[in-house]
Amino acid sequence: MNGSGPAELDALRLSLEVAARSVGFSLPLAVLVAWILTRARFPGRILFDAFVHLPLVLPPVAVGYVLLILFGARGPIGGWLRSHFGIELAFTTAGAALATAVMTFPLMVRAIRLSLENVDRGLEEAARTLGAAAVDRFVSITLPLMLPGILAGAVTAFAAGLGEFGAVITFASNVPGVTRTLPLALYTAMQSPTGDALALRLAVLSLALGLLGLLAAELLVRRVRRLLGR
Amino acid sequence: MLQVSVVRKRPGFCLEATFAAPTPGIIALFGRSGSGKTTLVNIISGLLAPDAGEVRLDDQVLTDSGAGIAVAVERRRIGYVFQDARLFPHLNVAGNLRYGERRARAARQVIGFDEVVTLLGLAQLLRRRCRELSGGERQRVALGRALLAQPRLLLLDEPLASIDAARREEVLPYLEALRDQLAIPMVYVSHQFDEVLRLATHVVLLEAGRVLAQGPVNEVSLRPELQSVVGPDLVGAVLEGVVVRLDPDSGSADLAVGTGTLQVSLRDVPLGSRVRLQLLARDVILATQPVQGLSVRNALASTVTAISNDDYGAVLVRLDVGGETVLARITQNALRALNLRPGDAVWTLVKAVSTRGHAFRLAAGP
Repeated sequence: MNGSGPAELDALRLSLEVAARSVGFSLPLAVLVAWILTRARFPGRILFDAFVHLPLVLPPVAVGYVLLILFGARGPIGGWLRSHFGIELAFTTAGAALATAVMTFPLMVRAIRLSLENVDRGLEEAARTLGAAAVDRFVSITLPLMLPGILAGAVTAFAAGLGEFGAVITFASNVPGVTRTLPLALYTAMQSPTGDALALRLAVLSLALGLLGLLAAELLVRRVRRLLGR
Repeated sequence: MLQVSVVRKRPGFCLEATFAAPTPGIIALFGRSGSGKTTLVNIISGLLAPDAGEVRLDDQVLTDSGAGIAVAVERRRIGYVFQDARLFPHLNVAGNLRYGERRARAARQVIGFDEVVTLLGLAQLLRRRCRELSGGERQRVALGRALLAQPRLLLLDEPLASIDAARREEVLPYLEALRDQLAIPMVYVSHQFDEVLRLATHVVLLEAGRVLAQGPVNEVSLRPELQSVVGPDLVGAVLEGVVVRLDPDSGSADLAVGTGTLQVSLRDVPLGSRVRLQLLARDVILATQPVQGLSVRNALASTVTAISNDDYGAVLVRLDVGGETVLARITQNALRALNLRPGDAVWTLVKAVSTRGHAFRLAAGP
């Protein structure tokens, strides 16, 4: 392979797609989970908290394996999705996005939770005295004030999602053009005796993307904070 | 009528308060910090639930623990101006004002956006961000935001506490305007008696979670319990009178109080307006004979009605001055030297300048 061939472009396009789909899928759920962890008081909250953070400490391969058992074609959830909605997750791009979402979920929840903890409950009380009921308060006060954290969580998860390897390769395998994202392409290139140059290009590409993502996150959060009057 | 009778017990603090006050008007919850004032307004607003008790506004039950009634905060239509304003930082001033207005569409509109903006002097601020406002401006915006939610009762929790003294004039005249021009009843929490003197129509005196005294400001000013809250130096009878003569050159005015007149230091009040003032007991001088050659502007014929020790080594003399009650604080030595007894006729001497800063115009005269 010579020059900037389709392998890099495919991998880049796939990585962006997988990361975007994973963020889009997990963001509303992460807001909900962050809200539950911050505001709700129920028995087993600590256990729930630990469960949400599990992907941070588990080997990614183990996460991929658990997903394969649950969401595989014959798994309890995977089988149900397949027979009722015709959704295939194992060995598909959607599956790669799911694996990425699970892996980056704790990062996202953490950022959102931090911003929610910083929301002054006094402002919600003020909204209440002005006639705003629970959902109205959340949408008109809490959510806008959490925005910096939600954006930071989304961009960080996106940047991290571009490089998710273990869970993706275990659950979604390494299919060119379908699940071979940047890190998978890089790994494949490294395994090939003639892939040194390609591997280097992919590595540099990954580095640039990661840096760009983190910078974008920081700038975005700063701008939103300024808009919020902080 | 606002009727409150609630109990809320927590480790280290027990609130057990009962009061009833007429509406409209400004009901002052007055007491030192930690006396339970804020807990009480939070219970009235519904943000806190009492362990037991009732809150009624006019004919509506807001809380009745016995009947299991607790109207949700957002449906009480009770405005709340917090000590720290609590403006929404992601909205500008106009956005904050509209927030309550939008959610009060169903309610009968008592006051409109333009009226609030004019009344509170907010026209120049509408497009400003909240963090750019001064403390006084913040409280005015918070006040406007609460008013536009068309409240049936407005709670103000020490709205001046976070504003430095010099800037309180950015807010106080607006509160007077609200009292005089709107029929919205207010509960005003304060630990400064001069604010009560200036604004309130009714006072509830709180100490350690209990109501020590309640009633019109002039009545409560004569209650011995007030001394334990404000200390001996700020005790003094509150009188109300009508301006009958003005002397703008000397900055003084004559007030018709009871059956007599009182010359006080007061500027910028129209003839005929009602004025409330406090004669601090320590500033009142007693004489058993008519005096001559003194700078004192007021020498009022009066009768001693009671004498009591004041727990500070001095005595508090209660006087009838033309049908009004005035308090004078004198030393034990002075009492012995004058040999005062209840029923004695004395001259009550009041320096006109001693009323400066202690006299305020109530609603405009007829």
